[in-house]
Amino acid sequence: MRIVYFILTSAVTIALCIILNSKVLLPAPLGRLLSPQEGIWQNAEPVNEDFNANLSVKGLNGKVTVYLDERLVPHVFAEQENDAYFVQGYLHAKFRLWQMELQTLVAAGRASEVVGEVALNHDREFRRLGMVFAAENSLKEMEKDERVKGECDAYTAGVNAYIESLTRANLPLEYKLLGYYPEKWSNLKSALFLKYMSYDLASHEEDFEMTNAKNYFLPDQFKALFPTYHDSIDPIIPKGTVYQEPKVHPKTPATADSLYFSRDTVSAEEDNKADKANGSNNWAVSGTKTASGYPILCNDPHLGLNLPSIWYEIQLSTPEFNVYGASFPGAPGVIIGYNDSCAFGFTNGGRDVRDYYEIKFKDESRKEYWFDSAWLPTTFRYERIKIAGKPDMIDTVAYSIFGPVMYDKSFGGKRTSSTKNYAVRWKAHDASDELLMFYLLNRAHNYNDYTNAVLNLHTPGQNVVFADKAGEIALRTQGEFPAKWRGQGDFIMPGTDSAYMWQAMIPMDETPFQYNPERGFVSSANQFPADTVYPYYLGRDYPLARGIIINRKLHSMSNITVEDMQSMQTDNYNIFGEMVVPLFIKYLDMNRLSPNARKYANELKGWDKRNDFNSRGATVFYFAWQHLRDTIYADEYKNAPQPISYPLDFTVMESLLRDSAYSFIDDINTPQKETLEDMVAAALNATAMDCEKLDEAGTMDWGNFKDTKISHLLKQDAFSRLHVPIGGGEHVINATKTTHGPSWRMIVSLEPQTKAFGVYPGGQNGNPGSFFYDNFIDQWAAGKYYPLWLMKKEEAKDKRIKWVMNFSNS
Amino acid sequence: MNNSFVKFLIILFLSAALAFGMGMYFPWWSIAVAAFVTGLVVKAKPGTAFLGGLFGLFLLWAGLVYYISNNNDNILAHRFSLLMLKQDNPLKLILLTGGIGGVVGAFAALSGSLLRSIFSKP
Repeated sequence: MRIVYFILTSAVTIALCIILNSKVLLPAPLGRLLSPQEGIWQNAEPVNEDFNANLSVKGLNGKVTVYLDERLVPHVFAEQENDAYFVQGYLHAKFRLWQMELQTLVAAGRASEVVGEVALNHDREFRRLGMVFAAENSLKEMEKDERVKGECDAYTAGVNAYIESLTRANLPLEYKLLGYYPEKWSNLKSALFLKYMSYDLASHEEDFEMTNAKNYFLPDQFKALFPTYHDSIDPIIPKGTVYQEPKVHPKTPATADSLYFSRDTVSAEEDNKADKANGSNNWAVSGTKTASGYPILCNDPHLGLNLPSIWYEIQLSTPEFNVYGASFPGAPGVIIGYNDSCAFGFTNGGRDVRDYYEIKFKDESRKEYWFDSAWLPTTFRYERIKIAGKPDMIDTVAYSIFGPVMYDKSFGGKRTSSTKNYAVRWKAHDASDELLMFYLLNRAHNYNDYTNAVLNLHTPGQNVVFADKAGEIALRTQGEFPAKWRGQGDFIMPGTDSAYMWQAMIPMDETPFQYNPERGFVSSANQFPADTVYPYYLGRDYPLARGIIINRKLHSMSNITVEDMQSMQTDNYNIFGEMVVPLFIKYLDMNRLSPNARKYANELKGWDKRNDFNSRGATVFYFAWQHLRDTIYADEYKNAPQPISYPLDFTVMESLLRDSAYSFIDDINTPQKETLEDMVAAALNATAMDCEKLDEAGTMDWGNFKDTKISHLLKQDAFSRLHVPIGGGEHVINATKTTHGPSWRMIVSLEPQTKAFGVYPGGQNGNPGSFFYDNFIDQWAAGKYYPLWLMKKEEAKDKRIKWVMNFSNS
Repeated sequence: MNNSFVKFLIILFLSAALAFGMGMYFPWWSIAVAAFVTGLVVKAKPGTAFLGGLFGLFLLWAGLVYYISNNNDNILAHRFSLLMLKQDNPLKLILLTGGIGGVVGAFAALSGSLLRSIFSKP
């Protein structure tokens, strides 16, 4: 009998261990996960954690000392140059390993390995876009340069030194939760991360949406909805700049009018799009406009706001260079920052460098395609996609002369019909050596060094701002861009004719730039890089508002201080509201509004045009504008094919200001002719319904309505910061939206003793169990900054230094 | 103090100490081995072993976790309880952790004790 009991209880014990160690019965392996000695509790970092350490690791050439300050920012002092990158890799991994690896898995189309089949469409989309192909091309270019290769090798060795020290207990929390283990790092992973940034910044296009719009609307309608010029344009390089005679003259194909610009060519349907709002502000003012007499440089890149943050602050110091700033976990060097001589920053160029070509295959085998009156052979790339809990999938992607045939019968990405084939030509497929640019910028002393550095940036195209202690300021709209004939790549192009290919790149010496301009400042906010007198076609899709308000402010300012720049960088003035509200007032007839709508209309009239947290007017304006757009266009768009482009806010605004009889105002479904008064009344009555609901819920204040949140990369609210108290929004310098906004704010005053300030909405430690996980967010939301400290070695005893890590070779 | 209460305390402390030591080198389920061995070597009634293993491992896990979480200002426990229990309740998460340790400890110690009884009595 006892034997039976023994067998029974032993079986129960073993069963408990198995169940609690797996997901067989439970949603998570609770025993393993909650074990105090190896589970998530090991990630509960003591609030008084001691980060002091003496580490001996393999691969260092000399000694490295890391001083960690009170904000957990490391100040890395290395005797040997590449050792600084080794330790940067080690620190990135120590504080951000899970995020670093996840980003590269996402970039490589390998997310399914971790999260399962839900990511399969994403993975196929990325493989078919040629992300890995592109990263491999870039890696070859990177490794050609000994400096970059040395830097990357050291960085990779540093990451791997940390990975080797991992135990079950100190594995990052998310690995424990999802049940997988980090791979070894490699230079290819850094290349993949950088390619992910190219995807984020330089993959935006609306070729399918615009093709549909072109086919659906009459030519005159199309021209009115999608103009290539706006009256209010204030380009990065000011109007009136004279450009040299172009060296490249792209030829419009003879068949363009009949085949390309005509209606009824191709019809299509993308679900996976980089955020169009990936913008940024940067500017530099010269000493003539500042109180100190020295330049001030400012930059705030707008990206998706996540935890752990995309940025990690660091100082790298070696006998050759000394730089401070924001780095990308996943790549060596400082990306946006300053050194002893100068400062540098970026905004997105936003040019269209991704085009589609319709491919005509000979047959189902996809082995040959028609090109310039001959059948050309394709090559195939076999993409093996591992899927957690399922068998692998092999996706066979055909490559044409343009690039990968991204959409075909087996994969339409929710964008295309199943019968057609589209190849993608993306500038990011070409080699680009961003790391060499950052390497050289980190070491730059003057304008010439800056220019030599940025010329290495091909993709993603960026507006690179510069200022130095000699008093010079500059801004280049840098990148290698295809010289397009007017309209090229706005729509899907025929893939059967070489005349439609990109014919040449715009020579680098024809890049619009400004160097010590008379107006005393340079600036960019993703608007048009140049006026239409620039001899090359620039496309049509740029945000315009922030550039206008930034330039207006900088024009009028003098005796500028760092505090002035701080309040400007966090300013909530809505210039678009300033332009549009008078339009509402002009066409407003109170008698046609419901009693409630009158109340909200008065709030709109009295609005101070500021998107402050407590503003009610900003919320009214938001709805009024959305509804005005809807009432104007809903009838014309009713039967439109999907997906389709909509006109830019600025196009709509300018059209209405110019012409109150704008043809889209009339509701085509009614016999009578509607007027702008009708539209405004309808929009405000609809606005009142939305605002009433918000008032009932108590969330009418702009900040509550917008409800900014900073999400953990797994979109788990428990690890995210919700309801962040901050104003701002689209068309506002403080471009903070719900999940998107200023991901790093930096201001550098290049006085003899540099004064620098910065903040990002996150924290240095990516571990959700750390005090340092999200400790900067409140400061960021309040529009405040931390002083940035380019530490000198002699300052090791400074009271800001809390911990010291010593690295030596083992 | 009666004999079985002393046995209970011995099993409680021994299983906790052994589990803690093994936990430094082996996966979490080594607590089952620790409690089993304790039940096997300490002569006690099966019921006493069960309770000894239960409280031993409950107190070890809940105690360790309480100490860890306290040093952490409960930062992780707040977040993780929200994720797992859908409520912000660090104490519940700590008790749940202790409970998991306790249940495994109890059945393992009972098994050990039963095995001992098979051999000690003909």
